[in-house]
Amino acid sequence: MKNDNDTYSALGEVGDFQQKRTRWARIRLDLAKSPLTARFGLLVILVYVFVALFAPFIAPYGEAEVFPIPYAPWSSEFLFGTDQIGRDIFSRLIYGARNTVGIAVATTALAFIIGGILGLAAAIARGWLDQLLSRTVDVLMAIPSLIFALVLLSIFGSTVTNLIIIIAVLDSTRVFRLTRAVSINVVVMDYVEAARLRGEGLVWIMRREILPNIMPPLIAEFGLRFCFVFLTIAALSFLGVGIQPPTADWGSMVRENASLIQFAQYDIKAGLTPLLPASAIALLTVAVNFVVDWFLHKTSGIRDEQ
Amino acid sequence: MSSKIKKGEVLLDIKGLKIQGFSDEKWHDIVNGVDISLRRGEVMGLIGESGAGKSTLGLAAMGYTQPGCRITDGEINFDGVDLAKLKEKEKRKYWGNRMTYVAQSAAASFNPAHRLIKQTTASTIRSGFKETNEAYKDAKDLYRTLNLPDPNNIGDRYPHQVSGGQLQRVMTAMAMSPRPDLIIFDEPTTALDVTTQVEVLSSMRAIVEEFNTAAIYITHDLAVVAQMADFIKVLRYGDEVEEAPTKEMLKNPKESYTKSLWSVRSLEKEIIPPQAPILEIKDLDAAYGSTKVLHKINISVPRGSTVAVVGESGSGKSTAARVITGLLPQISGKVVFEDADLPPKLEDRSKEQKRRIQMIYQMADTAMNPRQTVREIIGRPLEFYLGMAGSQKDSRVLELLQMIELDGRFLDRLPSELSGGQKQRICIARALAAEPDFVICDEVTSALDQIVQEGILKLLMRLQKDLNLTYLFITHDISTVRAISDQVVVMNLGEVVEQGAKVEVFNPPHPPYTELLLSSVPEMDPDWLTNLNSERA
Repeated sequence: MKNDNDTYSALGEVGDFQQKRTRWARIRLDLAKSPLTARFGLLVILVYVFVALFAPFIAPYGEAEVFPIPYAPWSSEFLFGTDQIGRDIFSRLIYGARNTVGIAVATTALAFIIGGILGLAAAIARGWLDQLLSRTVDVLMAIPSLIFALVLLSIFGSTVTNLIIIIAVLDSTRVFRLTRAVSINVVVMDYVEAARLRGEGLVWIMRREILPNIMPPLIAEFGLRFCFVFLTIAALSFLGVGIQPPTADWGSMVRENASLIQFAQYDIKAGLTPLLPASAIALLTVAVNFVVDWFLHKTSGIRDEQ
Repeated sequence: MSSKIKKGEVLLDIKGLKIQGFSDEKWHDIVNGVDISLRRGEVMGLIGESGAGKSTLGLAAMGYTQPGCRITDGEINFDGVDLAKLKEKEKRKYWGNRMTYVAQSAAASFNPAHRLIKQTTASTIRSGFKETNEAYKDAKDLYRTLNLPDPNNIGDRYPHQVSGGQLQRVMTAMAMSPRPDLIIFDEPTTALDVTTQVEVLSSMRAIVEEFNTAAIYITHDLAVVAQMADFIKVLRYGDEVEEAPTKEMLKNPKESYTKSLWSVRSLEKEIIPPQAPILEIKDLDAAYGSTKVLHKINISVPRGSTVAVVGESGSGKSTAARVITGLLPQISGKVVFEDADLPPKLEDRSKEQKRRIQMIYQMADTAMNPRQTVREIIGRPLEFYLGMAGSQKDSRVLELLQMIELDGRFLDRLPSELSGGQKQRICIARALAAEPDFVICDEVTSALDQIVQEGILKLLMRLQKDLNLTYLFITHDISTVRAISDQVVVMNLGEVVEQGAKVEVFNPPHPPYTELLLSSVPEMDPDWLTNLNSERA
């Protein structure tokens, strides 16, 4: 913006050529510029969400509905055949989206609530609270998490609630570290000092002054953390201590049908069956990573050279 | 490296240069057709407010544009070659060898993992002008010429082991090491204290003269450019306003815009009769950990007046402010506010005490939450201290905006959508929203251009009159002190050196430190630095 008179006025100062846009307009603009990979990732995630939400309407059969023919081949009746006790694999794949993804989302969210709040508190308070929390986290992180989770699950029993709590607590250590690290950079800002001088309480400073400014890395971490949680749950289910039958879940589906892979030489379709839940896991992980990559690049402020 | 060619030959010839920058999905003009003609051994001063395009132009003189910028038209003839047409790979042969660059923030420009001498000589050795030993020896000579302490060994240190002023000189040595034909200085002394600035300026000028190097000196400080440049070009909004030899330009600037740049330093304040103190600091000691930074200081601030606290960085002036606000509880001594002792700790102070003392920060950028709108930033103190809400709050926010000469259009802007001066005004409004009696201004204008500074200072003075505010004005800029203060406190190394009414402090005789500080302030006289150096020698 130019102003051509020579007297100074605060109103006419340069610097206001940034256009004001609504949030929605900004999102549309970002999407229009997004790379193909990010769009693909978003599409996949949306499809998964849709399938998870409307599973009972999409699936031809019930989640635990048993038919008389175990290991039925692929057919028009059972799209991907049936499993070892005669449950429709296609239906279980669809319900699996709901269970596996749902539990992973809940776990990740819980991990973020625990790790985020403690991380923020440690960054603001510093001193002994920070020391106590950080060293506890160090100890927890020193133990390999999959083994630790196995131990805890066998102590407390493999219920869905226990599964969510245990993985959330173990993963919250990573969230704690990230939140603490990014918050420390924000805590030293003058506006946080200004809020303190005003006499604002801890909750206000956390929620209104710091949290909005550390959202981008946290959102990206949420995506990545979700992938790890998702894989951990699948791994635990594969090992038999995760989500318990008859709940349909991709990890246990891989395990239950794993032996079918030997029959690939006779019937390629039968051999593919255990790979279907495995690829459902893989596809979602890749899709989430694509989106997170794009988001990180966008918020890192790196300008593409032309 | 450059063969000895006689002085006076045209080295850099820029014709009709146009540069655009990309932002907000559009290309905007940054530089619109500027001509520069620079001869060997000449120093050109490039001045203008921020956004004038001076840094962009400085970089473009090397054929470089920042990401998001492009050269759309014009020629950059450097020693007969048009850099605007060269490919990046070919331009790279010039960069760091025949043309070098000294950036504003030396601290951010050095690699913290390498020793200084290695960084000083890197490009010289890489391009094969000199062998390592020879280059190191030369670097030590350069350090000596630049008056660095212990020139033989300082190169073995890492960037964090030397001071800001020293680092800025090492960077000049780095730029000088390949004996370039052209150096671009981009605000090299803006971040330094006045006493350091004088030393850096002297050594830069000496070295440019010694090697007959052409230079472009970019700054917004007129008095500084007057010491350095042979001729000055004034830029505004990417257009050339005028160009003239330094002495002529200082004596009679032609354009009214240039004149307005000159007039900034002539603010005056009417003297008000002294009143009873609103705040007194008595025998105050303060420390960070075990390092004591304030030693028994006494400061008295009369109601309705402006007390300026001056000193270099490390003098303890900001620490004093932190003690007053309660962020750093003192070890001993006390702060008396309105005839009552202020509790040392912030938590022990009442909401009312917190409300009555407000603070305005140096960097308006970091003093406002980038995710809050102007409405939220100014509205929060109203809500917090005065319990306002809804339309009452909104109309008060609007009133405050008008008080700082802005209007309702700014309500929903984020800090990133404001200019530097506007940001500082919003910070002032936020402080005023609490209806304080006592405002601490911590270097509030030092990050701003001259013209914007004047606007802010005028605003502060008007507000003081209207609202009977008391200011504690912390600054290292003596010309600001002259303009707005009633009383002056000079601090050095955590002690108060001198204290009194402005007239007393500014008129001799001075204690030695005040003398040094006052004499280091650049004056609008091109011979000032030369005279000062011969006086001090």
